[in-house]
Amino acid sequence: MSLSVAPDGAGSELLVEARGVSYAYGSTPVVEDVDLDVRRGEFVALVGPNGSGKSTLLRVLLGALRPARGSVRLLGRPASEVKDRWRIGYVPQRPTLAPDVPATVREIVTTGRLARRGWWRPLRSADVDAVDHALESVGLDELAAHPITQLSGGQQQRVFIARAFAGEPEFLVLDEPIAGIDAESQRRFKDSLVHLIGDHGAGVLLVSHELSAVADVIDRVIVLKRRVLFDGPPARLVDEGVSLGIHREDLPLWLEGLR
Amino acid sequence: MIASLPLPFPFELTFMQRALAAGLVVGVFAPLIGTFLVQKRMSLIGDGIGHVAFAGVGAGLLAGIYPVWTALVFAVAGALGIEWLRARRKASGDLALALFFYSGIALGAVFANASGGIGTSIIGFLFGQPLTVGNSEVIVILLLGSLVVGLVIALRRILFAVVTDEDWSGVAGLPVGGVNALLAVLTAVAIVASMQIVGILLIAALMVLPVATGQLLARSFKGTLRIAVGVGVGSVVVGLTSSRLWGLAPGGAIVLVAALVFLIVALARHTMPGGSMLELPER
Repeated sequence: MSLSVAPDGAGSELLVEARGVSYAYGSTPVVEDVDLDVRRGEFVALVGPNGSGKSTLLRVLLGALRPARGSVRLLGRPASEVKDRWRIGYVPQRPTLAPDVPATVREIVTTGRLARRGWWRPLRSADVDAVDHALESVGLDELAAHPITQLSGGQQQRVFIARAFAGEPEFLVLDEPIAGIDAESQRRFKDSLVHLIGDHGAGVLLVSHELSAVADVIDRVIVLKRRVLFDGPPARLVDEGVSLGIHREDLPLWLEGLR
Repeated sequence: MIASLPLPFPFELTFMQRALAAGLVVGVFAPLIGTFLVQKRMSLIGDGIGHVAFAGVGAGLLAGIYPVWTALVFAVAGALGIEWLRARRKASGDLALALFFYSGIALGAVFANASGGIGTSIIGFLFGQPLTVGNSEVIVILLLGSLVVGLVIALRRILFAVVTDEDWSGVAGLPVGGVNALLAVLTAVAIVASMQIVGILLIAALMVLPVATGQLLARSFKGTLRIAVGVGVGSVVVGLTSSRLWGLAPGGAIVLVAALVFLIVALARHTMPGGSMLELPER
Protein backbone atom coordinates (compact mmCIF):
# COMPACT_ATOMS: atom_id res chain seq x y z
CA MET A 1 0.00 0.00 0.00
CA SER A 2 1.30 3.40 -0.90
CA LEU A 3 -0.06 6.69 0.36
CA SER A 4 1.91 8.87 -2.03
CA VAL A 5 0.03 11.75 -3.57
CA ALA A 6 2.26 11.31 -6.61
CA PRO A 7 3.60 7.76 -6.48
CA ASP A 8 6.29 8.42 -9.03
CA GLY A 9 7.56 11.26 -6.86
CA ALA A 10 7.33 13.80 -9.65
CA GLY A 11 5.33 16.96 -9.15
CA SER A 12 4.90 16.90 -5.38
CA GLU A 13 6.87 19.39 -3.31
CA LEU A 14 10.31 18.41 -2.05
CA LEU A 15 10.35 18.81 1.73
CA VAL A 16 14.00 17.97 2.11
CA GLU A 17 16.67 17.53 -0.53
CA ALA A 18 20.23 16.49 0.38
CA ARG A 19 22.93 16.37 -2.27
CA GLY A 20 26.38 14.87 -1.64
CA VAL A 21 26.17 15.53 2.10
CA SER A 22 29.15 14.61 4.28
CA TYR A 23 29.71 15.23 7.98
CA ALA A 24 32.59 14.32 10.30
CA TYR A 25 33.26 14.61 14.02
CA GLY A 26 36.89 15.71 13.97
CA SER A 27 38.62 13.39 11.52
CA THR A 28 36.03 10.61 11.87
CA PRO A 29 33.62 10.63 8.94
CA VAL A 30 30.08 9.89 10.14
CA VAL A 31 28.07 10.54 6.98
CA GLU A 32 29.55 10.46 3.49
CA ASP A 33 28.19 11.61 0.15
CA VAL A 34 24.51 11.15 1.00
CA ASP A 35 21.72 11.97 -1.46
CA LEU A 36 18.27 11.92 0.12
CA ASP A 37 14.81 13.29 -0.78
CA VAL A 38 11.52 13.35 1.03
CA ARG A 39 8.45 14.68 -0.77
CA ARG A 40 5.02 15.69 0.44
CA GLY A 41 2.76 12.68 0.91
CA GLU A 42 5.68 10.31 1.23
CA PHE A 43 6.53 7.95 4.10
CA VAL A 44 10.26 7.32 4.11
CA ALA A 45 12.03 5.05 6.60
CA LEU A 46 15.72 5.57 7.34
CA VAL A 47 17.35 2.46 8.75
CA GLY A 48 20.83 1.27 9.56
CA PRO A 49 22.90 -0.30 12.32
CA ASN A 50 23.89 1.59 15.47
CA GLY A 51 26.50 4.22 14.75
CA SER A 52 25.59 4.34 11.06
CA GLY A 53 25.14 8.11 11.20
CA LYS A 54 21.32 8.24 11.21
CA SER A 55 20.89 10.76 14.03
CA THR A 56 23.73 12.93 12.72
CA LEU A 57 22.19 12.90 9.25
CA LEU A 58 18.84 13.99 10.73
CA ARG A 59 20.48 16.92 12.50
CA VAL A 60 22.16 17.92 9.23
CA LEU A 61 18.86 17.62 7.35
CA LEU A 62 17.12 19.81 9.96
CA GLY A 63 19.83 22.48 9.73
CA ALA A 64 21.06 21.90 13.29
CA LEU A 65 24.47 20.80 11.95
CA ARG A 66 26.18 22.29 8.93
CA PRO A 67 27.43 19.67 6.44
CA ALA A 68 31.18 19.59 5.76
CA ARG A 69 30.41 19.02 2.08
CA GLY A 70 27.27 19.02 -0.01
CA SER A 71 24.03 20.95 0.37
CA VAL A 72 20.70 20.54 2.13
CA ARG A 73 17.52 22.29 1.06
CA LEU A 74 14.71 22.19 3.60
CA LEU A 75 11.22 23.42 2.68
CA GLY A 76 12.73 24.87 -0.49
CA ARG A 77 15.47 26.92 1.19
CA PRO A 78 19.02 26.24 2.40
CA ALA A 79 18.52 24.32 5.67
CA SER A 80 20.18 26.92 7.90
CA GLU A 81 18.01 29.73 6.50
CA VAL A 82 14.59 28.17 6.95
CA LYS A 83 12.23 30.67 8.57
CA ASP A 84 8.95 28.73 8.79
CA ARG A 85 10.25 25.93 10.99
CA TRP A 86 6.82 25.49 12.54
CA ARG A 87 5.99 23.45 9.44
CA ILE A 88 8.41 20.80 10.72
CA GLY A 89 7.58 18.37 13.52
CA TYR A 90 10.48 16.70 15.32
CA VAL A 91 10.57 13.84 17.79
CA PRO A 92 14.07 13.52 19.30
CA GLN A 93 15.61 10.15 20.06
CA ARG A 94 16.11 10.61 23.76
CA PRO A 95 13.93 12.71 26.01
CA THR A 96 15.67 16.06 26.25
CA LEU A 97 13.63 17.13 29.26
CA ALA A 98 15.19 17.41 32.70
CA PRO A 99 14.29 14.35 34.82
CA ASP A 100 12.56 16.42 37.51
CA VAL A 101 10.71 18.99 35.40
CA PRO A 102 7.44 19.87 37.18
CA ALA A 103 5.02 19.72 34.26
CA THR A 104 1.94 17.83 33.20
CA VAL A 105 1.67 15.85 29.97
CA ARG A 106 -0.72 18.48 28.61
CA GLU A 107 1.66 21.34 29.39
CA ILE A 108 4.45 19.64 27.43
CA VAL A 109 2.25 18.72 24.47
CA THR A 110 0.87 22.27 24.32
CA THR A 111 4.37 23.63 23.63
CA GLY A 112 4.17 21.75 20.32
CA ARG A 113 1.45 24.21 19.29
CA LEU A 114 3.42 27.40 20.03
CA ALA A 115 5.47 27.76 16.87
CA ARG A 116 2.51 27.09 14.57
CA ARG A 117 0.16 29.36 16.50
CA GLY A 118 2.68 32.20 16.76
CA TRP A 119 4.21 32.10 20.23
CA TRP A 120 3.14 35.64 21.08
CA ARG A 121 -0.55 34.88 20.45
CA PRO A 122 -2.84 33.46 23.13
CA LEU A 123 -4.03 29.89 22.56
CA ARG A 124 -7.52 29.53 21.10
CA SER A 125 -10.00 26.68 21.31
CA ALA A 126 -8.67 25.36 17.98
CA ASP A 127 -5.25 24.99 19.63
CA VAL A 128 -6.74 23.19 22.63
CA ASP A 129 -8.58 20.88 20.20
CA ALA A 130 -5.33 20.13 18.33
CA VAL A 131 -3.62 19.29 21.63
CA ASP A 132 -6.56 17.04 22.65
CA HIS A 133 -6.41 15.32 19.29
CA ALA A 134 -2.64 14.80 19.53
CA LEU A 135 -3.04 13.31 23.03
CA GLU A 136 -5.77 10.93 21.81
CA SER A 137 -3.73 9.84 18.80
CA VAL A 138 -1.01 8.44 21.04
CA GLY A 139 -3.43 7.16 23.69
CA LEU A 140 -2.47 9.64 26.39
CA ASP A 141 -5.76 11.48 26.82
CA GLU A 142 -6.34 9.74 30.16
CA LEU A 143 -2.93 10.84 31.46
CA ALA A 144 -3.10 14.48 30.26
CA ALA A 145 -3.13 15.92 33.79
CA HIS A 146 -0.38 13.63 35.11
CA PRO A 147 3.12 14.89 35.87
CA ILE A 148 5.37 13.72 33.05
CA THR A 149 7.94 12.50 35.60
CA GLN A 150 5.48 9.83 36.80
CA LEU A 151 5.23 8.27 33.33
CA SER A 152 7.23 5.29 32.07
CA GLY A 153 9.91 5.77 29.42
CA GLY A 154 7.60 4.49 26.67
CA GLN A 155 4.78 6.79 27.82
CA GLN A 156 7.17 9.75 27.87
CA GLN A 157 8.21 8.95 24.31
CA ARG A 158 4.52 9.12 23.35
CA VAL A 159 4.33 12.58 24.96
CA PHE A 160 7.07 13.78 22.59
CA ILE A 161 5.29 12.23 19.60
CA ALA A 162 2.08 14.01 20.67
CA ARG A 163 4.01 17.28 21.02
CA ALA A 164 5.10 16.97 17.38
CA PHE A 165 1.57 16.01 16.25
CA ALA A 166 0.07 19.02 18.06
CA GLY A 167 1.72 21.38 15.56
CA GLU A 168 0.07 19.53 12.63
CA PRO A 169 3.41 19.46 10.78
CA GLU A 170 3.86 19.25 7.02
CA PHE A 171 7.17 17.45 7.48
CA LEU A 172 7.46 15.09 10.41
CA VAL A 173 10.88 13.77 11.44
CA LEU A 174 11.00 11.02 14.04
CA ASP A 175 14.19 9.60 15.54
CA GLU A 176 13.59 6.06 16.91
CA PRO A 177 10.12 6.83 18.24
CA ILE A 178 8.71 3.31 18.52
CA ALA A 179 11.23 1.77 20.91
CA GLY A 180 9.57 0.77 24.15
CA ILE A 181 6.02 1.43 23.02
CA ASP A 182 3.37 -1.26 23.42
CA ALA A 183 1.54 -2.81 20.45
CA GLU A 184 -1.74 -0.92 20.96
CA SER A 185 0.05 2.44 21.04
CA GLN A 186 2.10 1.47 17.98
CA ARG A 187 -1.14 0.84 16.09
CA ARG A 188 -2.54 4.24 17.11
CA PHE A 189 0.79 5.85 16.23
CA LYS A 190 0.68 4.31 12.75
CA ASP A 191 -2.94 5.42 12.27
CA SER A 192 -2.04 9.01 13.12
CA LEU A 193 0.92 8.95 10.73
CA VAL A 194 -1.34 7.63 7.96
CA HIS A 195 -3.86 10.37 8.78
CA LEU A 196 -1.14 13.06 8.70
CA ILE A 197 0.15 11.83 5.32
CA GLY A 198 -3.16 10.97 3.66
CA ASP A 199 -5.37 13.82 4.85
CA HIS A 200 -2.84 16.60 5.39
CA GLY A 201 -0.37 15.69 2.63
CA ALA A 202 2.52 15.70 5.09
CA GLY A 203 5.82 13.92 4.48
CA VAL A 204 7.29 11.63 7.13
CA LEU A 205 10.92 10.65 7.69
CA LEU A 206 11.13 7.90 10.30
CA VAL A 207 14.39 6.63 11.74
CA SER A 208 13.92 3.25 13.35
CA HIS A 209 15.42 -0.13 14.09
CA GLU A 210 12.05 -1.74 14.13
CA LEU A 211 9.74 -1.23 11.16
CA SER A 212 7.26 -4.09 11.56
CA ALA A 213 4.62 -1.78 13.08
CA VAL A 214 4.63 0.52 10.06
CA ALA A 215 5.97 -1.79 7.31
CA ASP A 216 2.74 -1.81 5.29
CA VAL A 217 2.57 1.99 4.91
CA ILE A 218 6.19 2.76 4.02
CA ASP A 219 6.80 4.13 0.53
CA ARG A 220 10.57 4.02 0.57
CA VAL A 221 13.34 2.59 2.69
CA ILE A 222 16.78 4.18 2.85
CA VAL A 223 19.53 2.02 4.30
CA LEU A 224 22.37 4.07 5.75
CA LYS A 225 25.73 2.82 6.83
CA ARG A 226 27.72 6.04 6.61
CA ARG A 227 26.74 5.99 2.91
CA VAL A 228 23.37 5.20 1.40
CA LEU A 229 23.43 1.46 0.63
CA PHE A 230 19.87 1.26 -0.64
CA ASP A 231 17.07 3.67 -1.53
CA GLY A 232 13.85 2.20 -2.87
CA PRO A 233 10.50 0.56 -2.13
CA PRO A 234 10.50 -1.97 0.72
CA ALA A 235 9.60 -4.89 -1.55
CA ARG A 236 12.82 -4.39 -3.48
CA LEU A 237 14.85 -4.30 -0.29
CA VAL A 238 13.48 -7.69 0.69
CA ASP A 239 14.55 -9.03 -2.72
CA GLU A 240 17.91 -7.30 -2.82
CA GLY A 241 18.74 -6.90 0.84
CA VAL A 242 20.67 -10.12 1.29
CA SER A 243 22.62 -9.58 -1.92
CA LEU A 244 23.58 -6.13 -0.60
CA GLY A 245 25.16 -7.86 2.36
CA ILE A 246 22.97 -5.94 4.82
CA HIS A 247 21.11 -8.83 6.33
CA ARG A 248 23.98 -11.08 7.23
CA GLU A 249 26.20 -8.31 8.51
CA ASP A 250 23.81 -6.43 10.75
CA LEU A 251 20.96 -8.84 11.43
CA PRO A 252 18.50 -5.99 11.20
CA LEU A 253 15.21 -6.51 12.89
CA TRP A 254 13.54 -4.20 10.42
CA LEU A 255 14.14 -6.62 7.58
CA GLU A 256 12.05 -9.15 9.47
CA GLY A 257 9.28 -6.60 9.65
CA LEU A 258 9.24 -6.08 5.91
CA ARG A 259 8.68 -9.70 4.98
CA MET B 1 2.10 55.33 50.94
CA ILE B 2 2.83 58.81 52.31
CA ALA B 3 0.19 58.47 55.01
CA SER B 4 -0.01 55.34 57.12
CA LEU B 5 -2.68 52.83 56.24
CA PRO B 6 -4.71 51.41 59.12
CA LEU B 7 -2.95 48.04 59.14
CA PRO B 8 -2.56 45.83 62.24
CA PHE B 9 0.72 45.11 64.07
CA PRO B 10 3.51 44.84 62.90
CA PHE B 11 2.60 46.87 59.82
CA GLU B 12 0.93 49.86 61.58
CA LEU B 13 4.02 52.07 61.08
CA THR B 14 4.78 53.84 57.79
CA PHE B 15 8.29 52.43 57.43
CA MET B 16 6.97 48.90 57.96
CA GLN B 17 4.29 49.49 55.32
CA ARG B 18 6.92 50.63 52.82
CA ALA B 19 9.00 47.56 53.62
CA LEU B 20 5.92 45.38 53.20
CA ALA B 21 4.95 46.92 49.85
CA ALA B 22 8.46 46.60 48.41
CA GLY B 23 8.92 43.15 49.93
CA LEU B 24 5.65 41.84 48.53
CA VAL B 25 6.66 42.89 45.00
CA VAL B 26 9.98 41.06 45.42
CA GLY B 27 8.14 38.10 46.95
CA VAL B 28 6.09 37.83 43.74
CA PHE B 29 8.65 38.42 40.98
CA ALA B 30 11.70 36.65 42.40
CA PRO B 31 10.07 33.18 42.57
CA LEU B 32 8.22 33.86 39.30
CA ILE B 33 11.49 34.31 37.40
CA GLY B 34 13.23 31.71 39.53
CA THR B 35 10.83 28.96 38.47
CA PHE B 36 12.09 29.33 34.89
CA LEU B 37 15.74 29.62 35.96
CA VAL B 38 15.55 26.41 38.03
CA GLN B 39 14.15 24.47 35.04
CA LYS B 40 17.00 25.86 32.95
CA ARG B 41 19.50 24.38 35.45
CA MET B 42 20.65 27.91 36.29
CA SER B 43 19.54 28.02 39.93
CA LEU B 44 22.68 29.91 40.92
CA ILE B 45 22.52 32.56 38.19
CA GLY B 46 20.87 34.96 40.64
CA ASP B 47 23.94 34.67 42.85
CA GLY B 48 26.30 35.12 39.88
CA ILE B 49 24.50 38.23 38.65
CA GLY B 50 24.24 39.50 42.21
CA HIS B 51 28.00 39.51 42.53
CA VAL B 52 28.36 41.33 39.21
CA ALA B 53 25.82 43.87 40.48
CA PHE B 54 28.01 44.28 43.56
CA ALA B 55 30.87 45.34 41.26
CA GLY B 56 28.41 47.83 39.74
CA VAL B 57 27.58 49.25 43.17
CA GLY B 58 31.31 49.69 43.84
CA ALA B 59 31.80 51.38 40.48
CA GLY B 60 28.92 53.75 41.16
CA LEU B 61 30.27 54.74 44.59
CA LEU B 62 33.72 55.27 43.09
CA ALA B 63 32.42 57.38 40.20
CA GLY B 64 29.89 59.27 42.29
CA ILE B 65 26.92 57.95 40.31
CA TYR B 66 23.74 56.61 41.98
CA PRO B 67 24.89 52.99 42.51
CA VAL B 68 21.58 51.43 41.44
CA TRP B 69 22.12 52.63 37.85
CA THR B 70 25.69 51.34 37.62
CA ALA B 71 24.59 48.08 39.25
CA LEU B 72 21.86 47.75 36.61
CA VAL B 73 24.36 48.26 33.76
CA PHE B 74 26.82 45.75 35.24
CA ALA B 75 24.09 43.20 36.03
CA VAL B 76 22.50 43.31 32.57
CA ALA B 77 25.91 43.03 30.87
CA GLY B 78 26.91 40.19 33.20
CA ALA B 79 23.64 38.31 32.65
CA LEU B 80 24.00 38.56 28.88
CA GLY B 81 27.67 37.50 29.14
CA ILE B 82 26.83 34.40 31.17
CA GLU B 83 24.06 33.50 28.71
CA TRP B 84 26.36 34.06 25.74
CA LEU B 85 29.00 31.72 27.17
CA ARG B 86 26.42 29.08 28.08
CA ALA B 87 24.53 29.15 24.79
CA ARG B 88 27.67 28.87 22.67
CA ARG B 89 28.94 26.13 24.95
CA LYS B 90 32.18 28.05 25.38
CA ALA B 91 31.81 27.11 29.02
CA SER B 92 29.36 24.91 30.90
CA GLY B 93 26.57 26.78 32.69
CA ASP B 94 28.14 26.56 36.13
CA LEU B 95 31.66 27.41 34.92
CA ALA B 96 30.31 30.46 33.07
CA LEU B 97 28.57 31.47 36.29
CA ALA B 98 31.71 30.97 38.36
CA LEU B 99 33.76 33.17 36.00
CA PHE B 100 31.37 36.10 36.40
CA PHE B 101 30.67 35.40 40.06
CA TYR B 102 34.32 35.65 41.14
CA SER B 103 35.29 38.45 38.75
CA GLY B 104 32.28 40.38 40.02
CA ILE B 105 33.07 40.05 43.71
CA ALA B 106 36.77 40.84 43.05
CA LEU B 107 35.96 43.96 41.03
CA GLY B 108 33.46 45.01 43.69
CA ALA B 109 36.09 44.68 46.43
CA VAL B 110 38.63 46.69 44.43
CA PHE B 111 36.12 49.45 43.57
CA ALA B 112 34.73 49.65 47.09
CA ASN B 113 38.18 49.89 48.62
CA ALA B 114 39.22 52.58 46.14
CA SER B 115 36.12 54.60 47.01
CA GLY B 116 36.97 54.65 50.69
CA GLY B 117 36.43 51.19 52.16
CA ILE B 118 33.47 48.93 52.84
CA GLY B 119 31.07 51.43 54.32
CA THR B 120 27.52 51.10 55.56
CA SER B 121 26.09 51.79 52.12
CA ILE B 122 27.88 48.69 50.73
CA ILE B 123 26.60 46.59 53.64
CA GLY B 124 23.12 47.87 52.84
CA PHE B 125 23.33 46.66 49.25
CA LEU B 126 24.75 43.29 50.32
CA PHE B 127 22.16 42.46 52.96
CA GLY B 128 19.27 44.78 52.15
CA GLN B 129 17.69 47.51 54.26
CA PRO B 130 13.96 47.11 53.80
CA LEU B 131 13.16 49.23 56.86
CA THR B 132 14.84 52.34 55.43
CA VAL B 133 13.28 52.11 51.96
CA GLY B 134 11.88 55.45 50.85
CA ASN B 135 8.72 56.31 48.90
CA SER B 136 10.54 56.80 45.60
CA GLU B 137 12.27 53.43 45.98
CA VAL B 138 8.93 51.75 46.61
CA ILE B 139 7.54 53.34 43.45
CA VAL B 140 10.57 52.27 41.37
CA ILE B 141 10.33 48.71 42.60
CA LEU B 142 6.58 48.66 41.92
CA LEU B 143 7.16 49.82 38.33
CA LEU B 144 10.05 47.45 37.63
CA GLY B 145 8.20 44.62 39.38
CA SER B 146 5.05 45.16 37.29
CA LEU B 147 7.16 45.17 34.12
CA VAL B 148 8.87 41.90 35.06
CA VAL B 149 5.64 40.19 36.17
CA GLY B 150 3.74 41.38 33.10
CA LEU B 151 6.40 40.17 30.66
CA VAL B 152 6.82 36.80 32.37
CA ILE B 153 3.06 36.18 32.42
CA ALA B 154 2.64 37.27 28.79
CA LEU B 155 5.54 35.09 27.62
CA ARG B 156 5.10 32.19 30.05
CA ARG B 157 4.37 29.58 27.38
CA ILE B 158 7.43 30.21 25.25
CA LEU B 159 9.61 30.69 28.35
CA PHE B 160 8.38 27.31 29.57
CA ALA B 161 9.09 25.64 26.20
CA VAL B 162 12.62 27.06 25.94
CA VAL B 163 13.74 26.42 29.54
CA THR B 164 12.43 22.86 29.62
CA ASP B 165 13.65 21.74 26.17
CA GLU B 166 16.00 24.16 24.47
CA ASP B 167 17.22 21.78 21.73
CA TRP B 168 13.73 20.87 20.64
CA SER B 169 12.54 24.50 20.81
CA GLY B 170 15.32 25.49 18.40
CA VAL B 171 14.39 22.80 15.89
CA ALA B 172 10.73 23.80 16.25
CA GLY B 173 11.62 27.33 15.21
CA LEU B 174 11.04 29.13 18.50
CA PRO B 175 13.33 32.17 19.03
CA VAL B 176 15.51 30.42 21.63
CA GLY B 177 18.33 32.99 21.63
CA GLY B 178 15.97 35.93 22.11
CA VAL B 179 14.00 34.22 24.87
CA ASN B 180 17.18 33.29 26.76
CA ALA B 181 18.53 36.83 26.44
CA LEU B 182 15.23 38.29 27.64
CA LEU B 183 15.18 35.96 30.64
CA ALA B 184 18.77 36.98 31.46
CA VAL B 185 17.89 40.69 31.31
CA LEU B 186 14.72 40.21 33.39
CA THR B 187 16.79 38.34 35.98
CA ALA B 188 19.30 41.19 36.13
CA VAL B 189 16.56 43.83 36.45
CA ALA B 190 14.84 41.80 39.18
CA ILE B 191 18.05 41.47 41.18
CA VAL B 192 18.95 45.14 40.98
CA ALA B 193 15.38 46.18 41.75
CA SER B 194 15.32 44.06 44.88
CA MET B 195 18.85 44.53 46.18
CA GLN B 196 17.83 47.31 48.55
CA ILE B 197 15.10 45.16 50.06
CA VAL B 198 16.63 41.73 50.65
CA GLY B 199 20.16 42.52 49.47
CA ILE B 200 22.39 41.20 46.72
CA LEU B 201 23.43 38.13 48.71
CA LEU B 202 19.89 37.06 49.53
CA ILE B 203 17.76 37.93 46.50
CA ALA B 204 19.08 34.86 44.69
CA ALA B 205 17.73 32.71 47.53
CA LEU B 206 14.20 34.06 46.95
CA MET B 207 14.55 32.99 43.30
CA VAL B 208 15.28 29.39 44.27
CA LEU B 209 13.97 28.35 47.71
CA PRO B 210 10.25 29.00 47.08
CA VAL B 211 10.60 27.20 43.71
CA ALA B 212 12.11 24.15 45.41
CA THR B 213 9.05 24.05 47.68
CA GLY B 214 6.73 24.49 44.69
CA GLN B 215 8.34 21.59 42.83
CA LEU B 216 7.82 19.32 45.83
CA LEU B 217 4.13 20.11 46.12
CA ALA B 218 2.87 20.77 42.59
CA ARG B 219 1.95 18.35 39.82
CA SER B 220 2.10 20.95 37.05
CA PHE B 221 4.32 23.85 36.00
CA LYS B 222 1.44 26.25 36.59
CA GLY B 223 1.02 24.85 40.09
CA THR B 224 4.75 25.19 40.74
CA LEU B 225 4.58 28.88 39.74
CA ARG B 226 1.60 29.53 42.00
CA ILE B 227 3.02 27.77 45.04
CA ALA B 228 6.44 29.41 44.56
CA VAL B 229 4.87 32.88 44.45
CA GLY B 230 2.71 32.02 47.47
CA VAL B 231 5.74 30.90 49.48
CA GLY B 232 7.66 34.01 48.35
CA VAL B 233 4.91 36.38 49.50
CA GLY B 234 4.36 34.45 52.73
CA SER B 235 8.09 34.49 53.54
CA VAL B 236 8.18 38.28 53.16
CA VAL B 237 5.22 38.80 55.53
CA VAL B 238 6.43 36.32 58.16
CA GLY B 239 10.08 37.42 57.81
CA LEU B 240 9.26 41.12 58.27
CA THR B 241 6.99 40.31 61.23
CA SER B 242 9.65 38.24 63.00
CA SER B 243 12.26 40.89 62.30
CA ARG B 244 10.07 43.47 64.07
CA LEU B 245 9.23 41.11 66.94
CA TRP B 246 12.73 39.89 67.66
CA GLY B 247 14.91 42.54 66.07
CA LEU B 248 16.28 40.22 63.38
CA ALA B 249 17.96 41.43 60.18
CA PRO B 250 14.90 41.65 57.89
CA GLY B 251 16.54 40.39 54.66
CA GLY B 252 17.99 37.41 56.44
CA ALA B 253 14.74 36.69 58.28
CA ILE B 254 12.77 36.61 54.99
CA VAL B 255 15.17 34.11 53.41
CA LEU B 256 15.34 31.98 56.56
CA VAL B 257 11.54 31.67 56.53
CA ALA B 258 11.66 30.51 52.89
CA ALA B 259 14.36 27.96 53.77
CA LEU B 260 12.38 26.76 56.79
CA VAL B 261 9.23 26.29 54.69
CA PHE B 262 11.20 24.16 52.24
CA LEU B 263 12.68 22.08 55.06
CA ILE B 264 9.29 21.46 56.67
CA VAL B 265 7.65 20.54 53.34
CA ALA B 266 10.55 18.27 52.35
CA LEU B 267 10.41 16.46 55.70
CA ALA B 268 6.62 16.14 55.50
CA ARG B 269 6.90 14.72 51.99
CA HIS B 270 9.54 12.31 53.18
CA THR B 271 7.48 10.99 56.06
CA MET B 272 4.21 11.00 54.08
CA PRO B 273 5.13 9.57 50.68
CA GLY B 274 2.52 9.35 47.99
CA GLY B 275 0.72 11.82 45.79
CA SER B 276 0.85 15.58 45.97
CA MET B 277 -0.65 17.18 49.00
CA LEU B 278 -1.92 20.46 47.67
CA GLU B 279 -2.85 20.02 44.07
CA LEU B 280 -5.47 17.64 42.84
CA PRO B 281 -5.27 16.41 39.26
CA GLU B 282 -7.01 18.84 36.94
CA ARG B 283 -8.49 18.04 33.58
